[in-house]
Amino acid sequence: MIRFILNRSPVSLELVRPDITVLEYLREHRYMRGTKEGCASGDCGACTAVMVEPGNGSLEYRNFNSCITFLGALHAKQLITVEHLKENGRLHPVQQAMVDQHGSQCGFCTPGFVMSLFSLYKSCQTGIAGADGESIKEYLGGNLCRCTGYFPIVRAAEQALAGCGPDRFDRSAEHVRQTLVDLDDPPATDAGRFHAPDTASELATLRDRHPDARLLAGGTDLALEVTQQCRDIGRIIHLGRVRELGAVRRSESRIEIGATVTLDRLEKILGTDFPELLPMLRRFGSRQIRNLGTIGGNIANASPIADLPPVLIALGATCALQSIEGVRSMPLEDYFVGYRQTASRDNEFIRSVDIPLPPDTATLKICKISKRLDDDISSVCLAALITIEDGTTTGIRVAFGGMAAIPKRAPHCEAVLSGQPFDRDTVERAKAALGQDFEPISDVRASAAYRLEVAGNLLERIGLELSGAATPTRVDQI
Amino acid sequence: MNLPPFSRKPFCVSRALAHDSATRHVSGEAPYVDDCLPLTEQSYACIGGSTRAHGTLVELDLEAVRKAEGVIDVISADDIPGEIDIGPVFPGDPLFAAETVEYIGQPLFAVAATSMKLARQAVSLARIRIEEMPPVLDLDSAIAQQLHVRPPHTMSRGDTDSMLGASPCRIAGFMRVGGQEHFYLEGQVSLAVPGENGCMTVHCSTQNPSEVQKAVAEVLDIPLNRVDVVTRRMGGGFGGKETQAAAWACIAALFASRTNRAVSCRLGRHDDMVMTGKRHNFKNSYDVGFDTEGRIEAIRYQLAAQCGYSPDLSDAIVDRAMFHCDNAYYLPNVTIDGVRCKTHTVSNTAFRGFGGPQGMIAMETVIDEIAYRCRKDPLEIRKLNFYDTKERSRTPYHQQIEHFNLPGIVDQLENECQYRARRQSIREFNLCNPVIKKGLSLTPAKFGISFSIAHLNQSGALVHLYTDGSIHLNHGGTEMGQGLMIKIAQIVSEVFATDPENVVISPTRTDKVPNTPPTAASSGTDLNGMAARSAALTIRERLIDFLAEKHATEKSRIAFTPVGVRIGDELLSLARVARQAWLGRISLSATGFYRTPKIHYDRPSASGRPFFYFANGAAASEVAIDTLTGECRLLRTDIIHDVGQSINPAVDIGQIEGGYIQGLGWLTCEELKWDGTGRLLSDSPATYKIPAIGDIPPVFNVRLLENWPNEEETIFRSKAVGEPPLMLAISAWSAIRDAIGAIREHEVFPRLNAPATPEEILRTVNQVRNAP
Repeated sequence: MIRFILNRSPVSLELVRPDITVLEYLREHRYMRGTKEGCASGDCGACTAVMVEPGNGSLEYRNFNSCITFLGALHAKQLITVEHLKENGRLHPVQQAMVDQHGSQCGFCTPGFVMSLFSLYKSCQTGIAGADGESIKEYLGGNLCRCTGYFPIVRAAEQALAGCGPDRFDRSAEHVRQTLVDLDDPPATDAGRFHAPDTASELATLRDRHPDARLLAGGTDLALEVTQQCRDIGRIIHLGRVRELGAVRRSESRIEIGATVTLDRLEKILGTDFPELLPMLRRFGSRQIRNLGTIGGNIANASPIADLPPVLIALGATCALQSIEGVRSMPLEDYFVGYRQTASRDNEFIRSVDIPLPPDTATLKICKISKRLDDDISSVCLAALITIEDGTTTGIRVAFGGMAAIPKRAPHCEAVLSGQPFDRDTVERAKAALGQDFEPISDVRASAAYRLEVAGNLLERIGLELSGAATPTRVDQI
Repeated sequence: MNLPPFSRKPFCVSRALAHDSATRHVSGEAPYVDDCLPLTEQSYACIGGSTRAHGTLVELDLEAVRKAEGVIDVISADDIPGEIDIGPVFPGDPLFAAETVEYIGQPLFAVAATSMKLARQAVSLARIRIEEMPPVLDLDSAIAQQLHVRPPHTMSRGDTDSMLGASPCRIAGFMRVGGQEHFYLEGQVSLAVPGENGCMTVHCSTQNPSEVQKAVAEVLDIPLNRVDVVTRRMGGGFGGKETQAAAWACIAALFASRTNRAVSCRLGRHDDMVMTGKRHNFKNSYDVGFDTEGRIEAIRYQLAAQCGYSPDLSDAIVDRAMFHCDNAYYLPNVTIDGVRCKTHTVSNTAFRGFGGPQGMIAMETVIDEIAYRCRKDPLEIRKLNFYDTKERSRTPYHQQIEHFNLPGIVDQLENECQYRARRQSIREFNLCNPVIKKGLSLTPAKFGISFSIAHLNQSGALVHLYTDGSIHLNHGGTEMGQGLMIKIAQIVSEVFATDPENVVISPTRTDKVPNTPPTAASSGTDLNGMAARSAALTIRERLIDFLAEKHATEKSRIAFTPVGVRIGDELLSLARVARQAWLGRISLSATGFYRTPKIHYDRPSASGRPFFYFANGAAASEVAIDTLTGECRLLRTDIIHDVGQSINPAVDIGQIEGGYIQGLGWLTCEELKWDGTGRLLSDSPATYKIPAIGDIPPVFNVRLLENWPNEEETIFRSKAVGEPPLMLAISAWSAIRDAIGAIREHEVFPRLNAPATPEEILRTVNQVRNAP
């Protein structure tokens, strides 16, 4: 039995099928058809709805893709859909702004845009987000529009945020908050196919008992099996309530991040120590994906094009794997053993990721290359941790995504760079060494030749940046 | 009482009113076909497609499919009572392949089940055996093997060959331009509801209800009058729902007819991307002769399009490419060969611009290359070659250019965007920046307005005035987001001087206004606006005649004004007038009809006047590229576009902004890729990237050309706006070339193709760098 609030009504329901998506529930079970299906893969944002949960002192309103979110993830949350924004026939300020600025043409993407705008509006009210152009692009980066070219939607966002005063949702906020707190006890799992354990040891026991069950964190990848491949997922263990997996611990030398920490939270957790990570995190999937997707999920699905693993490998991170037998730790670079294969045992789950804080002398460099700036998968992703002392490279870890079947370090390249000045000549030799490290493939995103050439050129970019070049080295600096 | 004057200025036309559905769009209250609440016993169809690009279907075993959970009916080629071929102009598009399969995804059978999920799961149980034949998958192979879906066609004027030989300078080359997935946010969908007496109502997301009606009637083998196709709105069309909506409507109707229950057929995104046609990719070859100044003397083109497996609309699409490979320039001696190549891929189809953009980009490439050869700014070469309205005014298809306002538009834009100063500062930037290079380009677009197939240039409308003064409006055009409905409501409101709120817009349906053309070729407002105005005027004339007689006054003393109908010194509400007329037994319902005047075209001699007029515009775009990675960023765009006298400036600017970004996607990040077996790899939005909000330039200035009403007698002297702005994005693509050229200070011509993905840009960077 899961419990949540749908707009203003409390809902309790038995998850007869654990893999029902929020969108399917809205459209097929409730006949609420304001929320649209554009792609059923979390790539277009037409299905965007808003999930509300108690945050620090106020409610947090997060936009998400209802097409790839399982209904069970809504337990103890409020779900707000586009039908709920109007009050007594009066449009919400974000809706009114979209009308005033001619922000809809065919209108099919519009409900999704409205809901992303709504989450931005609410986040602006509480200061979580700024009211500037960057925030607008960030919050709307996961909503595709094929008609308007986005200009009137940006103007609508500006209009709405300029007068970002209290709205009807503030009046009921305290009531909603209290209701959500009251709902927040473990969902009974008597129906038996959607589990939501509270602790890591409960999770370990469940995992052991049901090796066939699928672990659900953000679900942004798992749900595609249902919506794209039309599979049934018989049993789900939801990690969202496991306390230990959501924890972050920081010491002087390390940061330990629980596996279910979302990419959105990661921005705040790592942003200060690794400002170089921020531009990449802001291009990581879309806002909707980052609100659900987790660090553990990005590792565990072992995709060769996941963006965090190269960074974490370059930083020398380890991951803690837990099972009923206990917890073991391994360097992340050893976790990936083959295409979509990991060193994890059947009864294990990722508990946390442990990142050592690099010395002040080290520099982190991250480059993500993709066809489109926002919400696109890397063709090549480079992360490098470089220490240079007295003009010589004394520490070097270079890892790539998109270059092999797994995220992987470049040992030959590192060997060339190590102990040398990071100059043009060394870079040329390091580029050549990449050919020994990688045999990339050609696919829909890029050819093998392009990948190899760009991987090398990114070393050149880094070399220029380390040498303190005064001229820009990236188009986003223009 | 102050009476309004008898004559007035337009009060409703030219206002920037919101889209007719805007308030419903933003609150989720604008229903699309799939949002209709399910009817009792409704079932859901899903399509099974070919697994091979070319071969013979030797076995289609659907036993397991029939037995699967929830399955209600299964159909394949043998189950079609009427015509199996739904090709819109020429045959070649079987609803289901019966023997020969010609692309991966080609429909072989369909399943109706109690839910979409069960239908999808059942489809996967089919046993399909195809004896493979070697497929032809790429354009070059089709060109080499001379495989065509339609015969080649040539346009020419003057003596190309001898003038090419006599020209002081000559360049031959080619460029490739990619196709484009429509990616309307709402996928293809139809809902068929059976009625009495063998009638069928089909709610369909289509730009072409009459064509869908015809296809459904022929497939079911029933007369057209038994089929009613209804389209309230589409979640985007862009040409992708002109012919491509018919198959799914036919399948839904076939199931509905067999099972006597409502059946919906909605393609999931993957099926939609695999099973429906896209914009044609082209290989454009040119051989151009010009003088030392850069003035073109002769040019020979070959425009070769990849049409896919069937003709669909490719004949007209390649013709339109040929009509636009002059763009804005006079070509004194010209020969254009248009080739329609056949490949074993999905049949390519209409897409905003309809071949025009692919032709125009060839011309702009030629201009750029001439500029490199002459060591001049490309803008100078553009100006040098513009049409005028005197000696240099005949198009390759012998239409006389009249009213040519592009040189003025270009001059104005050049000044307003500070082209010269920015050109200089970009040059300085590039001299001291080794990695990042900037580029700038200003390109014009001249686009011919009218269907090049003459009989499509007609449409109709139906207007009712009720006794309370409210107005019901219906016409042949469909709403796909382009704001057609509000524009036409404004036009009808103008006739009665009534508030547009008083005009209710109703779904387009074939039982109200029959025998309509597709809403395409940018013609929606031109055709339907005129037809609706004509219907409204008919009613107004009847009212004036009636009032003049009843009130014993001159007709000239009767006027429809925003505050009411003035009859002499009396003022009556429209409602009062309507009621009086009804009591006087005057018909308050009228049809309207319009056909475009002046147009004619003789295809065998490739000459005539295919276009009523031209819509013109120009854009200047500035980009920055990374010469190490090929990444690119659009920095600024300035546009001046000619919409004549705008009926709704907000709608028109929306078309320009949206068209530009859609064109930008086509030319930069949108890349269609197939594997070696003919399987589409870019089959989802995860792998096919249309522009997102981060791709729009930080500076974007759009202006409508002011004080330039259409010289031709169009609806309120406006100009069509749907397609032309897409071609303004050629400026961004040309600017990328300019940035690449800066690597060698514009000594080496960058052979850039489209789309200019990071990989294509880096390839071209290397070509320039490594050139001798």
